This record gives sequence, structure tokens and C-alpha cells, in this order.
Amino acid sequence: MSTSSPAIEVEQLVREFRKGPRAVDHIDLSVSPGEIYGFLGPNGAGKSTTVLMLTTLLPPTSGRATVGGYDVVKQGAQVRASIGAALQEAALDPILTGREHVNLQATLQGLAKADRKRRADELLERVGLTEAADRRVGGYSGGMKRRLDLALALVHRPRLLFLDEPTTGLDPQSRSAVWDEVARLAHDEGITVFLTTQYLEEADVLADRVGIIDLGRIVAEGTPAQLKAQIGSPSVEVTPVEQDAGERLAELLARFGELRQNGRGSVTVQLPGGESELAEVVRVLDQAGLRVELLQLHQPSLDDVFLAKTGRKLEGAGEEVEEEPAGRGRRLRRRGR
Amino acid sequence: MVADVSLFQQVSAVAHRSVTRTLRQRGLLVFPVLFPLILFAINGSALSAATHIHGFPVSNYRDFALALPFIQGALFVSISAGTDLARDVETGFFNRLALTPLRGSALLVGQLGGAFVVASIQSIVYLLVGIATGVGIRAGVGGAVVLLALSTLISFGFACLGCLIALRFGSGEAVQGIFPLLFVLVFLSSSSLPRNLIKTDWFREVATYNPVSYLIEGVRSLIITGWDGEALALGFGFAAALAVIALALAERAMRTRLVRT
Repeated sequence: MSTSSPAIEVEQLVREFRKGPRAVDHIDLSVSPGEIYGFLGPNGAGKSTTVLMLTTLLPPTSGRATVGGYDVVKQGAQVRASIGAALQEAALDPILTGREHVNLQATLQGLAKADRKRRADELLERVGLTEAADRRVGGYSGGMKRRLDLALALVHRPRLLFLDEPTTGLDPQSRSAVWDEVARLAHDEGITVFLTTQYLEEADVLADRVGIIDLGRIVAEGTPAQLKAQIGSPSVEVTPVEQDAGERLAELLARFGELRQNGRGSVTVQLPGGESELAEVVRVLDQAGLRVELLQLHQPSLDDVFLAKTGRKLEGAGEEVEEEPAGRGRRLRRRGR
Repeated sequence: MVADVSLFQQVSAVAHRSVTRTLRQRGLLVFPVLFPLILFAINGSALSAATHIHGFPVSNYRDFALALPFIQGALFVSISAGTDLARDVETGFFNRLALTPLRGSALLVGQLGGAFVVASIQSIVYLLVGIATGVGIRAGVGGAVVLLALSTLISFGFACLGCLIALRFGSGEAVQGIFPLLFVLVFLSSSSLPRNLIKTDWFREVATYNPVSYLIEGVRSLIITGWDGEALALGFGFAAALAVIALALAERAMRTRLVRT
């Protein structure tokens, strides 16, 4: 792979499951070497299925993908040799210690015996598990398991790293530790990172570029700033004291821009003129004598991008979809929408 | 620094993990050893009247009953080997291994390493307990060694069966689900009486066609008869057939499960 060619290139990739919908539906994407690409979407959007295809664990139904310059279908062994992966849920053996995990991984990846111990020490120290290295993983916290998972993915010094929801279920401190390490790997060591997440903040903070996937299709792609700029203006959310004042509130705010009624009387309105219109909003509400419980200015977020592109908020969007990774196979089932 | 990994290195690494797991989970060692010995103690006492049946081959029922723990132990080995593999599939550890250059055959054979350790330990314990309770091995010390080899081969065959179910269904529940079926097979064999003394026709027919009868009779022949070429040939033959067929099918199931591009 030359430095100018993409680290990951995907063209019209499709994955269909028997008796199921298309989990991944003709997606195209390109990731540059050293870039952190955030693949953002709700549960069941097709993120993990994409990762399984790109890591050679699931054959695509159609389309083409290259990882590290190798075709994921025709050159699976070369792809696996050039990538590290921490897949959804840290897949660790609770009976083994952290060090035994690294040793097993190092042996199977073909590291010379003399190099194994040094590499294990180095990686365990890097992820802050030196003291816990000889304890069984069953006693590790969620954050420690995720950090060990990351260390295992790095054993053979891959140039590309796939992280499938690496911080799901972690407390804020552990999440932050994983973010720091991922950022360091990309920015200091030039490792390309393909990261799936359902957390907006994670994509916003970590990713150089973000692809938003919903129902198997990429609905938006760009840097977080570019995506937010597509939404353009900030919005203000107003919640009246009396819930039945929602209709009147909507009438008053309609003059400013596009409205969205959030339920319980709360209304969100776009401010095409920017934050300076906030004072006018307050003035209008005051003149109308409408008592306000909450008034909140929102800068455009990736959630707004998701909402604009799909008509739904990211939070809870996946609840209508059940995705079941069943061991090496996957079944996908959707409830009527 | 990164080199090709030989098949031997792959098998060794997976087997090391399997053995380590097994030795650290004492429950996996204690219960498979204890349960058949409890049944041995109960049967040895409760069924001792069977020795009064005309033509019964021994005067002490314990001599006759000692073969059964070896088979029951093999069933436990099949469950623990299969459950371990199924858990790897369920937890995603299998995917982790699949992302390395590990070959499917190495994973399967290595995984059976833990089963081999359990099988060896429990066979030695059954033999020592039998001897300690007065059971004599008619085939002598050499026979005891052959007995251990046969029982380990039987355990290996059943462990392959457990792995086959694990790979085929990817679920620990499916592996445990075959346990009652295997137990029925054991009880529909010549485990409690010699086939020629079973009076009920259908039971005798079933026991005659049941391969488990020949596994038990092979082990038993070394304890109560001495060197019985036919019983040993049938015992080793059926055990080897079970191992070869189950291993071949498990290897095929592994290829399907380990689908990588």
C-alpha cells in the first residue's frame, strides 16, 4: 500500500442475510492512511456487519472492498495480517490472565519467542494493565477489558485498526482513557483507525471524518465540522410552563424558521439568522406573556445531522431494529416500521 | 519479527490455553471424576445380587461395574470439551482466533488438549479407586496400561462429538442437550448385565446393536477376563471409529464455522 492510496476503499458493498433485509446496502467509502474514520449509526444500522466484512470474517454479498491495499475477498490472509481488530464486546477468556491473552495472541500472530515477552510488557504498560497483568481477566472491570482488547489488537503492529464500539458500556473515565489511546495511535503512530460508534460525542471528539449509516446506507459523510455546517444554523428549544401552551408557542416561534414539536409542549425552532436571534425570541415570548420553564440554545450537532438526514434522532433510533450477532453468523430482524 | 507459525506451534498454543483453563476450573475435574465413582459405589452395593445369576462372569459385582465409570467419565469429557468451544463461539473469542493465521484443524486439535488431560486424570483415578476397593485387573499391569489407553481413546472420541455439536450449533445449551441422549445410550447397553444374561428380548437386541456395549465390554474384558482379543478389537475398533468419524465431521463443521475470505 503506497502512502497515497486509500487505507480502506469500499465500493458498492452489500451484505444480505437469508430471509432478512439488506444489512449493508451499496455503501461506498474511502479512508486515508493515518485517518480516524468514525462510522456512526444506531444499533442495527449495519456498522458491525460492515466491520465483519472489512475484517474478512463475513463475505460480502456483492461489491468490492480493499483494506491495506488487499482485496477482502481474494486476499483475506493478507488483510488479516495487516489489521488489528477489537470487535463488539471484549471477547476475552475470563479464566486466563491478561498476560496469557497477550502471549497467546503473540504466538498465534507469529512473533518470535524472544519478542513475545517484551511486546507483552510494552503493550500491557501502554494500556495501564501492568499491575493487573497476572490477574485473571474475569476480575477485570469493563474498562480494563476494553484496554486489554485494544492491546491484543496491536500485538502484531498492524497499520490499520478496526474498533467496533470500543467504549460501549464504559464509564466516562474509562471511555476517555480509550479515546486518548486511540487518538495517540492515529496521530503519533500513523495507524489508520476505523471506529464504529453510536455515541455522537465519540465521533465528534475522535474522528477526522465521519460516515453516518442508517438502515444499511451511508446517509452523510464528511468531517464533523462539514456535517454540522450542512445543518447550518443553531436552534433554540423552548418548553412552556403549561404543557397545553405548546400550540401557542409554535405559532409565536413559526416566524423564525423551521419548527419541530418535541412533545409535552416543547418546541424547537431553527434560527437561520444565528444566535443573535435569541434575544428576539425572548422578547416575543415576553411580549406574549408566555411563561417559559426551559429555554436552551443548541449548536448544530451530529445528532442534528442524523435527524436532518433520516428524520429521526440517533438516540433510540436503533430500538426499532434488532440485530443479533449469533457467533460467527448474524441474523437480522426488523420490526415493522 | 513476525514469522510463519507452524501447525505444531498453533496446536501447542491452543492446547496450552485449553489445559490451563481445565486445570483452573476444579469443578471440571472434580465432578466428572466424583459422579461416576458415586454411581460405582451405589451399583457395586445395590446390584451385587446380580452375581447370583447363573452364568454371571464374576463373583464380585464391583469387578463387573468398574468399566462403567470410564464410559460415564468420557461423556462428561464430551460435554466439557464441547461447552468450552461453544462458549468461545458465543463470546466472540472464536472471532479473535479467526483473525489470526490459526488453522481450523489446529484450533480443533488444540481444544481437545484440555479434554485429553481430563480424560487421562479421571481414568487414572477410576483405576486407582477400583484397585483400592479390591478390584483386580486380570490382564495385569500391561492390561491396566491398555485399559487407560482405551478409555482415553473413548474419551477423545466423545470429546470430538462434543466439539462437533458445539461447532454445528454454536451453543453450550445444544452441547449439554446431548448429555441425556448419551446417558440413555449407556443404560441401553451391557453396562449393568452381560448381554447374554439380559432376559428382555428388545433390551438385549438394543444392547447388541448399541456400540456403547462394545466400548464397555472392551474395558471390562481387561478387568474381568484378561486378554480377550475379540473384545479388545471391538472396543478399540468402535472407539477409533467414533473418534475418526466425529473428528472428521467436527473438522468439516470447523471449516464451515471458520468461514474467512
